[in-house]
Amino acid sequence: MNRLTYIGIAIAALFILTAIFASFIATDDVTAQNLAMRYASPSAAHWFGTDALGRDVFSRVVFGARISLQVGIIVVVVSTIIGTLIGAVAGFYGGWVDKILSGYIFNVFLAFPGLLLAIALVAFLGAGLGKLILALCIIGWVGYARVMRGQVLKVREYDFVQAARALGASNSRILLTHILPNAIQPLIVQASLGMAGAVLSEASLSFLGLGIPPPAPSWGTMIEEGRGFDILYNAPHVLLFPGIAIALTVLAFNFIGDGLREYLDPKQRKR
Amino acid sequence: MKHKTLNFLRQFALLLLVVWTVVSLVTLLIELVPGDPATAIMGENATPEQIANFNEKHGLDKPAFFFSYTGEKGFVWTGANNRYLDYWTGLVQGDLGKSFRTDRPVLDMILERYASTIKLALAAMLVAIAIALPLGVLAGTNKNTLIDNSSSFVALLGISLPTFVIGPFLVYIFAVKLGWFSPTGSANPEDIVLPAVTLGAALSAILTRMVRSSVIEELGEDYVRTARAKGLSERKVVYKHVLKNGLIPVVTILGLQLGVLLAGAIITEKIFSWQGLGLLLLEDGIGKRDYRLVQGCVLVISVTYILANSLTDLVYRWLDPRIKFS
Repeated sequence: MNRLTYIGIAIAALFILTAIFASFIATDDVTAQNLAMRYASPSAAHWFGTDALGRDVFSRVVFGARISLQVGIIVVVVSTIIGTLIGAVAGFYGGWVDKILSGYIFNVFLAFPGLLLAIALVAFLGAGLGKLILALCIIGWVGYARVMRGQVLKVREYDFVQAARALGASNSRILLTHILPNAIQPLIVQASLGMAGAVLSEASLSFLGLGIPPPAPSWGTMIEEGRGFDILYNAPHVLLFPGIAIALTVLAFNFIGDGLREYLDPKQRKR
Repeated sequence: MKHKTLNFLRQFALLLLVVWTVVSLVTLLIELVPGDPATAIMGENATPEQIANFNEKHGLDKPAFFFSYTGEKGFVWTGANNRYLDYWTGLVQGDLGKSFRTDRPVLDMILERYASTIKLALAAMLVAIAIALPLGVLAGTNKNTLIDNSSSFVALLGISLPTFVIGPFLVYIFAVKLGWFSPTGSANPEDIVLPAVTLGAALSAILTRMVRSSVIEELGEDYVRTARAKGLSERKVVYKHVLKNGLIPVVTILGLQLGVLLAGAIITEKIFSWQGLGLLLLEDGIGKRDYRLVQGCVLVISVTYILANSLTDLVYRWLDPRIKFS
């Protein structure tokens, strides 16, 4: 694996630890307002300064990691399970099942720009954490399904699968014990890139006011609150720190996904 | 030849099927609204009479679909006089319904903004190409050197930095600190620069990587050795031979990304108050709960996206005869 992958793993680990131990790391209550201290610059008392309501930006960024990663992990896990199942069914059974699933259903979901579909769903369903996660899973599963289908199509022709079949193994046994373990590597790559995508989508929707409603410290919401002309002029730190946090998180998971893909694909490794 | 036509027709049928499904899904999205649209628009204090009038005016008093589901009787046929068919009837006549708020035809409202969004997307694409071509060629011809690694790093950075982070940072530097551009609006011709750079940043990163790997791949081909053996300068080899062949996959990405840009424009338009389709969707549609307008915007953006993708596919096949319809 290349150096960037390790950097990615280190950054991701840092953010995951921050999310887990957020209550110990944060210095202030994330919703505690102090109107006398509005837009205070970074200082020893407030490492990242304060925002429009005098809330501590550092603590909000720390708790923001929890929201981002929570949404990211739930979305990736649910999408992976659903996508893997559907993709496996499509690839394994082939024929008209595959024609309907990969020829039609996959295409319909890919026909929508992901973010637009999420926006549309949230616009009609209403905002909130649960609905946001639902919307992101609806746009997310198809990526895993395609990867899984491709892997199953490849692996099911291998000799050991044919041998298992000849020995009388059931379809579910062949899928679970023979095909799935061999398809897991590209799924991990997809999950890592999917994590970056989910974190980004959550922040995008929150930025648009369609994600997690305030006062929850979502990074997207914090950026939206800090981007007014006057705020940028007087207190750029309100925008800077959540901006860096989200960029680093997405960068980290992209590094990991990219590095793993290269590592697992010998053709790319040689280049 | 016959085989090819058949494949083309099959591809086209699939396209129609996908468009039909997307339109149907968007049409039925309105059923997801918690409560009913009339109350959402007119508030809790509206009288039953006002609500009934509103529903009648917008056809919301009709059943949603050909059949409905009731707990006791299961599925019940409700007849052809339903909202789904109404929306389709309107659609084939170029009518996307009337806005719940302003009573104006939704299509008119969308057409007023459509050109503005396309302009932004194309400008972003130009920015992306202008950055990606030289950077990608530089990285590809200097494989595994410091130049290559740093351009890869810049590219990954561009992919990872979301538009809503890049945008405000650009505003901070070029509008707040330097004062070169106005922070928002689309009144002056130069106002497009910051939004276009913001929207095009991620694409330029993706393109840079594509151009790089394309150049590396093509440099290993026999015709490059021949060209070099002929005594052509390296510059000519790269720009006349390698780039020409290497650009084929890049063109595909460009076409596919036009759709992504259209969707990404929603965020960019919000950052810069760019009066396009995205802002119409967010502010007038979602912000004012004008569900008919939201439907129209989602529909137009999706269909544009699908058409851009299909068109790309055709161009790609035309450019590279090695690719057969699969």
